Amino acid sequence: MYSIKVEQLVRHFGKNVAVDDISFKVESGEIFGFLGPNGAGKTTTINMLTTLLRPTSGTALVNGYDVGKQQALVRQSIGMIFQDASLDDKLTGRENLLFHGMLYGLSADDFSDKAAKLLDMVELTDRAEEVVLNYSGGMKRRLEIVRGLLHNPNILFLDEPTLGLDPQTRRHIWDYLITLRERQGVTMFMTTHYMEEAEHCDHIAIIDDGKIVGLDTPEALKAMVGGDIIMAITDDNEQASLRLQNSHGVDTRKGPDNQLIIETERGDRFIPEMMSVLTDQTQGNISVKSVYLRCPTLEDVFIKLTGHAMRDQNAVDKDKVRSGMRRWRGR
Amino acid sequence: MARALDKPSDNIMEMLKRNVRGAYTIWYRDIVRFKRDRVRMFSSLGMPIVYLFVFGSGLSPAMREMGGGNIDFKQFMFPGVLTMTVLFTSVFSAVSIVWDREFGFLKEVMVAPVSRVAVALGKVAGGSTVSLFQGLIVLLLAPVLGVNLSISQIVSLIGLMVMLAVMMTSLGILIAARQKSMEGFHMMMNFVLLPMFFLSGAFFPLRGVPVWMYLLSKLDPVTYGVDPLRQVSLQALVPPDLMHTVSLNPVTYNVMMMASFSVLFLIPAVWLFGRQE
Repeated sequence: MYSIKVEQLVRHFGKNVAVDDISFKVESGEIFGFLGPNGAGKTTTINMLTTLLRPTSGTALVNGYDVGKQQALVRQSIGMIFQDASLDDKLTGRENLLFHGMLYGLSADDFSDKAAKLLDMVELTDRAEEVVLNYSGGMKRRLEIVRGLLHNPNILFLDEPTLGLDPQTRRHIWDYLITLRERQGVTMFMTTHYMEEAEHCDHIAIIDDGKIVGLDTPEALKAMVGGDIIMAITDDNEQASLRLQNSHGVDTRKGPDNQLIIETERGDRFIPEMMSVLTDQTQGNISVKSVYLRCPTLEDVFIKLTGHAMRDQNAVDKDKVRSGMRRWRGR
Repeated sequence: MARALDKPSDNIMEMLKRNVRGAYTIWYRDIVRFKRDRVRMFSSLGMPIVYLFVFGSGLSPAMREMGGGNIDFKQFMFPGVLTMTVLFTSVFSAVSIVWDREFGFLKEVMVAPVSRVAVALGKVAGGSTVSLFQGLIVLLLAPVLGVNLSISQIVSLIGLMVMLAVMMTSLGILIAARQKSMEGFHMMMNFVLLPMFFLSGAFFPLRGVPVWMYLLSKLDPVTYGVDPLRQVSLQALVPPDLMHTVSLNPVTYNVMMMASFSVLFLIPAVWLFGRQE
């Protein structure tokens, strides 16, 4: 059973190709993650799947309904949590929910039942009569999750659900989402550019420059990197790289902060060998300042698949500006 | 995984019901927000009071000397101030969808199973209701100015204000339909709304003005709102022959013009707003 089926979906903005011929399927009941840098086409994809944008070409079935032709049916059967806050902050939490219930045609009984249960789950029952303006960022997100689920959607779409939240709140939101899936079996489709977050997903599609470059479980994706990652800092990285290439035939790449990154199987055994090669007196001693061994992350997968890092400093800064703006917009 | 879900329906009646309910929700939200915003409710009395009692009182003697006759300038201005209140409230309510689009609630509405047409119509209803309320608050000033109104006059005034409100909210939505930022709105404000307001004859009679101004005022939808409001509110105070010099068209003609402008604004507004990107 698939909740979402996407075939050869394309979206242009003028001459720009935001989404370039992507195809994928999302199984019912799973958490499916769309991982990629800002501007990769994540939000454009989610907007097409939720009928906010019209695809330039290709098809997408959501709950079996065509996003191009059966918009009302698609909308009735999905819930959406937006990247930016979409609550009316002059209204109370409950009023925000009430309007949602009205838009989706919930009966009064249905509404109060469902609202009470969900508010309880996210621990907002006590604050429901307060104006949203007084809510913290985390509370707003929780209320939006409740709102997105109020009409019993089969699929919940989440566009960067934890962007701009502090790590503790982020963890909290994830606890709710995971509980939710266990209790209600809702399919979740989410976009993110946080690697740690993508780890929670059952399947991840890695998207870069409008194309899906990899799609699998987090474990399988990480297995593509193969073995372990060694990060070393030496006196002369170029020389060290050359020497390791000659002695063991391993490829190295440059990491941040002048690090040398080596992908290899059994890193624990490779380190002593590496040390003896690098400190070999006959070839001249390369002094090694630090060595660090770790398991591969999705970041490594991303680099392997695209040839570039996902988050440069620039993107991090932009992110800070965004969350700052969000606070400012908080009126 | 099996889930209890009412199967959404494609049925025409269902669709109609859903959209009426959707429009009602949008309207209801505007009303709840307005009720909550007591400050706005009363601060909106500020401008009318300033215009009537400072501007109006200041110009009154000069107007009389220049041969304004028996009509008090404050009383002359009153329908203009009523128009001002309704006009700006309507346009601002409608333009709030630009704000909503970027920072909030509109996105929630856009993914709901409600058509854009219903959303736009709900917004027209909401903006119009709010500006009618504001107009009614200003109407409370009438006795202070010595403009005593009968029940039938009040009913007519309410009808006219509703028409003016619907026309201007539709124009507001037309302006806001494709706009992505508030910056463009200030341009609109300075180059469309203010000229519209001043050319409407709200603060001076349009008899005897230069030809270009007279012609522009004919094209100005607001003209057809001020004129009947003035005729109805001053009907008991101003003798018919004097009324003739300060009014332009028969009330029914004005009403028809407002209705035509409303349709003229509303159709492209709904169309532009409803177009999916």
